[in-house]
Amino acid sequence: MKLTSFYKILTLVVFIFSFGIALSQEHNTREVSDESHQDTDKESKFDITSMIMHHISDSHEFHVYGNNEDSFPKSLTVALPVILWTGNGLVTFMSSEFHHNDDGTYLVEKKGLKFAKNHGKIYEVKGSEIAMDEHHHPTDSKPLDFSITKNVFVLFLSAIFLILIFGAAGRSYGKNGTGAPKGIAKFVEPLVLFIRDEIAIPNIGEKHYKKYIPLLLTIFFFVWLNNIFGLIPFFPFAANVSGNIAFTLTLSVIVFIVVNVSGNKNYWKHIFWMPGVPIPMKIFLAPIEVIGMFVKPISLTIRLFANITAGHIIVLSLIGLIFVFKSVAVAPVSVMFTLFISIIELLVAAVQAYIFTMLTSLYIGSAIEEEH
Amino acid sequence: MELITPAIGLIFWTTLTFGILFFLLKKMAWKPILGAVNEREESIKNALIEADKARQEMQDLKSDNEKILKEARAERDAMLKDAREMKESMVSEAKEEAQAQAKIEMDKVKKAIQNEKTKAISEMKNQMGELSVSIAEKVMQNELSNKDKQLELIESLLKDVTLN
Repeated sequence: MKLTSFYKILTLVVFIFSFGIALSQEHNTREVSDESHQDTDKESKFDITSMIMHHISDSHEFHVYGNNEDSFPKSLTVALPVILWTGNGLVTFMSSEFHHNDDGTYLVEKKGLKFAKNHGKIYEVKGSEIAMDEHHHPTDSKPLDFSITKNVFVLFLSAIFLILIFGAAGRSYGKNGTGAPKGIAKFVEPLVLFIRDEIAIPNIGEKHYKKYIPLLLTIFFFVWLNNIFGLIPFFPFAANVSGNIAFTLTLSVIVFIVVNVSGNKNYWKHIFWMPGVPIPMKIFLAPIEVIGMFVKPISLTIRLFANITAGHIIVLSLIGLIFVFKSVAVAPVSVMFTLFISIIELLVAAVQAYIFTMLTSLYIGSAIEEEH
Repeated sequence: MELITPAIGLIFWTTLTFGILFFLLKKMAWKPILGAVNEREESIKNALIEADKARQEMQDLKSDNEKILKEARAERDAMLKDAREMKESMVSEAKEEAQAQAKIEMDKVKKAIQNEKTKAISEMKNQMGELSVSIAEKVMQNELSNKDKQLELIESLLKDVTLN
């Protein structure tokens, strides 16, 4: 008990800390942008907000280490394929062709079209250079971007990991028969049984759980592994996949479809014609229930996205302190706090995967519940 | 704002990856793992039922054994008792026989003693008669000479006689 309350206080302190940083940084960035308008050759201050945003956003290339191209140690960036769907069909090239340019000034010409990259987004440039409005936002159109970005790359990596781990476990069962689990299966089986016995069976019921258990297991391990990969701070992990709203949204939509496709008569009756209440109440409740139908996946989306992204922001803020204060003396404090937060994030990674799976099975359970 | 705008590319790739992952894992992992686990659970359940049955059988067997043992013990006791009785009867019979035999022997001996006694007595009677006759004869011979001598003679004769 004492330990958990200690963690709570610690988290609170860190939150307040990072809030303060965020506020002061907002002030700073305004200052920086004002200054950059006036004199651009003055050395710009460290912008922690853009650093954090850069780190938690997706990217077309995988930055491994280093900051400069010329002096030792030379920076290393892994180029990833860019795949665009344009008016002229599919356009593909490697992201290295942008030469690490991210402000839209470098143009890549393919299939008679010109492309520029500005703040991680690719634009199809119509004129001789990228068109900007007065707030420095590009006004050119964006082609549909199906690039293998950093997040997609790590997504594939996690899928390969899962297939290797669980494929090996599955094969060991084929060989081992009904004997005690051996090797990797020994590690995998308690987790699988936990999902089955603590999540699927209590929420969905003994009768129907077999149909949904593969989905629940896949979701749990996919989310968990991506959460963990997000916490590993070096190549080829370090992407914020499960903290990206596109990822969580996709999983939630899959859950939404599964829940509503498996919904029985009783489920729909509870939404549109609530039994056991007077008719005016039925009419009143129907729109609320319909909204509730959509709120469930939205809450799933935001919960996972916000939890994982928040963890990344806290870690990056703590590391950023060193550069905000421009002092190595801050480093021990930063590293210690980062260590604490990373350990908590490790817990959060498992807990969020558990909650996502738990709620999925809860929603499925309520959709297939029989009348009582 | 950019943070909460889902990118089409990642949605597409996530859907594709998740779909493929789901079908591959379902086939390669979840089915074999859950199948094997279910099978194992079934076999464990069956084994427990079997063990229960075996235990019941053992108990039955044990009680049977006890019954048999009890019977055997009773039989043994009965046999021992019989044997003891038989021994006792044999001993007493032997004793009786021996006593009867001894009695017969004793009777025989007694009879023999009696015979010998009567024989001895009659012999003694005869000898006494002969002796008395011879004494009388000698007395008769001496009576004529002297009265004193007669007495002396009788006395000396009586001295010679030993009655045994």
